[in-house]
Amino acid sequence: MLEINAVSRSFGDFVALDNVSLHIQAGEFFTLLGPSGCGKTTLLRLIAGFDQADSGQILLDGKSLCALPPELRPVHTVFQSYALFPHMTVAENIAFPLRMAKMSKSEIAHRVAEVLDDVRLPDKANHCPDALSGGQKQRIAIARALVNRPRLLLLDEPLSALDAKLREQMQIELINLQKEVGITFVYVTHDQGEALALSHRIAVMNKGEISQIDEPSVLYSYPDNRFVADFIGQCNILDAKVVSSDAQKVSIAVAGLGELTATANPEITFNSGDSCALTLRPEKIRLAATLEAGSDEVLFSGKVHDMLYLGDVTVYIIELANGVLIEAMLANDAPGRTRLFDTGDAVQIAWRIDAGHLVP
Amino acid sequence: MNRAERLRNHLMALPPALYLLLFFAVPSVMMLFASFRYPGEYGGLAPWYYIEDGQLSLDFTLENWLRLFESGIYLGLLFKSLGYALLTTLICTIMAYPLALMIARSQKRFRDLLLLLVILPFWSNFLVRIYAWMIIFSPQGALTIGLNHVTGALGLEPISLMFSSTAVITCLVYVHLPFMILPLYANLEKHDNRLLDAAQDLGANRFQCFWLITWPQSLPGIYAGAILVFIPSLGIFAIPDLLGGTNGIMIGNVIKQQFVESRDWPFGSVLSLVLTGITLLLVLLAAKLGKTGGANSGT
Repeated sequence: MLEINAVSRSFGDFVALDNVSLHIQAGEFFTLLGPSGCGKTTLLRLIAGFDQADSGQILLDGKSLCALPPELRPVHTVFQSYALFPHMTVAENIAFPLRMAKMSKSEIAHRVAEVLDDVRLPDKANHCPDALSGGQKQRIAIARALVNRPRLLLLDEPLSALDAKLREQMQIELINLQKEVGITFVYVTHDQGEALALSHRIAVMNKGEISQIDEPSVLYSYPDNRFVADFIGQCNILDAKVVSSDAQKVSIAVAGLGELTATANPEITFNSGDSCALTLRPEKIRLAATLEAGSDEVLFSGKVHDMLYLGDVTVYIIELANGVLIEAMLANDAPGRTRLFDTGDAVQIAWRIDAGHLVP
Repeated sequence: MNRAERLRNHLMALPPALYLLLFFAVPSVMMLFASFRYPGEYGGLAPWYYIEDGQLSLDFTLENWLRLFESGIYLGLLFKSLGYALLTTLICTIMAYPLALMIARSQKRFRDLLLLLVILPFWSNFLVRIYAWMIIFSPQGALTIGLNHVTGALGLEPISLMFSSTAVITCLVYVHLPFMILPLYANLEKHDNRLLDAAQDLGANRFQCFWLITWPQSLPGIYAGAILVFIPSLGIFAIPDLLGGTNGIMIGNVIKQQFVESRDWPFGSVLSLVLTGITLLLVLLAAKLGKTGGANSGT
């Protein structure tokens, strides 16, 4: 539905977007994820029409958006600062896009009441925006952007100003709302947890380029490169060299750990001698005082170097015999006050050879 | 709020209240008192009581107040002055708005310089600046001569700019323009430009962005500026004195005349009180408009 073809944008010497292409399907909850300065907000502003691309095309339903000013694009934005009009009531704020579309008064009243119901704030119609809480302002900003049923809704870090509890609640509301209205959402965030929780698909961006576009679980389990592996969630990244490879398994030499076997993305070919990295999620590592390695497992001994007790889980940094540090995670799921190991305890770790994922 | 806090709040209000009492309320009461007395033989006021045959008599009169209504001259002049002041305020608003908006939207490093240019005229004396206008408007001035070349070519009567209401209003606008620009700038500078992005995103064109977002939010600035322009222009006498001639005089001239030339203090007090009363009413109105207009005028 939305096609972005080879779009570039520079500000002076700074390349904000470098030849970016992506396709967004109708009805999709699509997220642009990346650290600050990665170009995600620039891309959003190009789609909204606040900025013009240096080169490339943006097509909505096959028609180019580039010649249209923001007010004529069937695209609305939910701003990070909400940008509610302080001199208008909540109802007047929501009615604004409908007035601009020259809708009749009765139709406006009907739609405003309907969307206020959708965001569960029907009693706030005549309040001033300043009298609302952060979460309520957020909902009104979303209602205002949705009321005119745009083809595309852009959300620019809309939850970043809310506290953690409220944010989780709003995430669930956003998912349900998107399902209900069926409008395509393009969501910008630097929060990988939020992106994983909300999106159908995520485009991870870095330095003006797209690193990977995939569904959240694919992105998490099979990152295409080190940046994605590192940016999404916690990850052990072990530098290695390819020793030999066949269709299923790649044999690699990891500094300090010796020769290991790992699985890799079949689309990427590894030749012997290539440098690569083994990415290993902490929760995929087994950890115990003594372990029996299975036939498809690798096993190492070490001791607890550091630990972070997080309540539901504890993160252990394990120092292996040769000084390599590996992060592992254990759920504190035993009854009672769970405290399994202490700093300095001797432990063993093991992981299945297909638990790790090889990236170039 | 507990008692100590309430007491502190009352104490905080004390200095302005004292100021108002000393410099506004007390003089006003004195003027009110004077407005019911007779003028003294050589200016000032006649005694308000006298003792004859050991009998105390008070000497008050309604004559001064009746005189205001007996001849239409004074009320007419009052209305004319209100008209001048309103016109001045209106022209100042129209001239100041684009300038204040331009300054507020210019780059931060230029703003202070531009504001300095706005207040630069204050660095020279008020009367000197009015004398400068006398030179500009004088019949031998380039402006008048130039204009009369045009009127001559068109076969019209030559015009005279000096001693006219045009000269008075031009100078009133010139003197008071910064008082409109500054509060308006202070208001516009605080506007959140992201709101304009949001309005545009939701379908508003440039004109609608201004009319529905910027304008309603700037009304408190306009009210503040209007008060600062309207009040001094209503009571001013120096400008019409020097530039107005007989046609351009305003109520301020008459009040000054009563106190200085005619030496009729009681009638001067009457005119002053009426002017103060009208001003107060208009300020209250503007304050009320500013309060409701600030929050809800977008509808």
